[in-house]
Amino acid sequence: MNLQAEIPLDYMIILSILVFFIGLMGVLIRRNLITMLMGVELMLNAVNINFTAFNHYLFPHRLEGHFFALIVMAIAAAEAAVAIALIINIYRQFATVSVDDVDELKF
Amino acid sequence: MTWTDVYILRNEVLLTLLVLYHLIVDLTEGKDNGRLVNGTLFGFGLVTAVGFYPVETTSLFGQMFLSDPLRNTLKLILNISTFIILLQSASWLRKPENQPKTGAFYMLIFSTLMGMSFMISAGNFLMLYLGLETATLPLTLLAAFDKKLRRSAEAGIKLLMSSAVSSAVLLMGLSLLYGSYGTLYFSEMASLTDAQALSVFGLVLFVAGFGFKLSLVPFHLWTADVYEGSPLPVTMYFSVVSKGAALFTLMLVLYNVFTLYPKSWTLAAYLLSVTTMVVGNLFALRQKNLKRFLAFSSITQAGFMMLGFVNNDNLGMTTVVYFMMIYSLSNLAVFGVLSMVFNATGKENIEDFNGFYLTNPRLSLIMLLALFSLAGIPPVAGFFGKFFLFTAAAAKGLYILVFIAVINATISLYYYLLVVKAMFINKSEAPVATLTSTWQEKLAFTICLVGIAAIGFVSGVYDYIASLI
Repeated sequence: MNLQAEIPLDYMIILSILVFFIGLMGVLIRRNLITMLMGVELMLNAVNINFTAFNHYLFPHRLEGHFFALIVMAIAAAEAAVAIALIINIYRQFATVSVDDVDELKF
Repeated sequence: MTWTDVYILRNEVLLTLLVLYHLIVDLTEGKDNGRLVNGTLFGFGLVTAVGFYPVETTSLFGQMFLSDPLRNTLKLILNISTFIILLQSASWLRKPENQPKTGAFYMLIFSTLMGMSFMISAGNFLMLYLGLETATLPLTLLAAFDKKLRRSAEAGIKLLMSSAVSSAVLLMGLSLLYGSYGTLYFSEMASLTDAQALSVFGLVLFVAGFGFKLSLVPFHLWTADVYEGSPLPVTMYFSVVSKGAALFTLMLVLYNVFTLYPKSWTLAAYLLSVTTMVVGNLFALRQKNLKRFLAFSSITQAGFMMLGFVNNDNLGMTTVVYFMMIYSLSNLAVFGVLSMVFNATGKENIEDFNGFYLTNPRLSLIMLLALFSLAGIPPVAGFFGKFFLFTAAAAKGLYILVFIAVINATISLYYYLLVVKAMFINKSEAPVATLTSTWQEKLAFTICLVGIAAIGFVSGVYDYIASLI
């Protein structure tokens, strides 16, 4: 099946930009640390769409973009592991995972 | 892999071995960590010393990993700074509550250092990103290292969230750069870069991502909280090594990859420099806590560093490296005194230093010299660092920028002198008791003081850096 004939590159880019900004708004607006983490994951996945789409449509003779997407996935997993550990630590200390209540350090 | 390759990769290989060693030794080590601390200092001292052996300009893994004398020197600067931090953190690690975590601390420190080393040597944006994340993830754990303290846990999560968002922004920039050029290799990209809208936007996101790591002003909001919440050795690590690695990497990428359209990034450096200096200074003026104060002072210094970036010639690069070297040593001396006081008394506010000169004359003189160096007062090295940065900006005819920078240097003098005034002039009912330093702290202060006193006058240092570029 030839995807290129059916879906133009622009659609892919628009999708990735949409996902990226949904993720960014998730980080900025949501107060729950777990939800914020999900927002970060969405941003990283938007980047993956970008890399894969650019590689597939524009530079199909080399696979750098695909490799980059794979490595971003691996690192996103590592980041999630570290983040969950820190969130559990926060929950032990503050008995909450809402960023509004984690306010020991202030100006 | 031949032995020559191992020699080129020596810094990374040795650091990896140190990481593995500390992973294993953590399981077997008994209650007392004295041998482990001293042994690690010795081992890492050797790793640092190996960095003095020269390298040739080569690359490994098909241009993924670049090695040349400049990159070797940058890694050496980071290694020496880390060595000083390890010396100063020895007495902190000897405390009973930190003894069981010694192996973990060293393991995390060396893995971030290894990541930074790979980041500086990267010849491909994929490698750069991997190095960046290898450096960032252990740093978040280090920020949350005082597990029982609420402020440390908060510092860790704040750092993790902001660095995760910043690296996502940086990645978006990289994907746009990939989309416009079809390659991620520095060498190929350098010959292709002509300014298109897409690639300039990618560059903007890339600089924004690194702005987070460097705590430049629109992206600086995490800095003060994380510096205050983290344990002191980790704060030192943030303000010197982590910042240095981000600065060097940004410098290498901008000067080597985006050579064909310097106009866009020198303008960005101009604006970032002005905002960073002004905002950092204004917030530093009102700080009472010395850790927060040093956080904002390090933001201001990052603004001065961006001053070198407005000059896209070799002069700019040389002055940036030279300034970073001096900044590291001065900042580490200030933090060294602070950490001695904090370890002994748990105090970290500026007014706790009232009457410090009467009880600890030598330590206050060290602090005085280091603060003068940060402020840029002539006989010490900090003056020469700032002077060359101003020269680099003036060489491009940006006199307004130099004028703003000079005003900011004067404002910063005011608040550095506040600390000096507290130590030498203010009286206190209960000053900090006389402190005795261990041999590790003495050695650390000696290295810092020799650097602060000598780097400015020994012109060979500047000439050596200039000859590398």
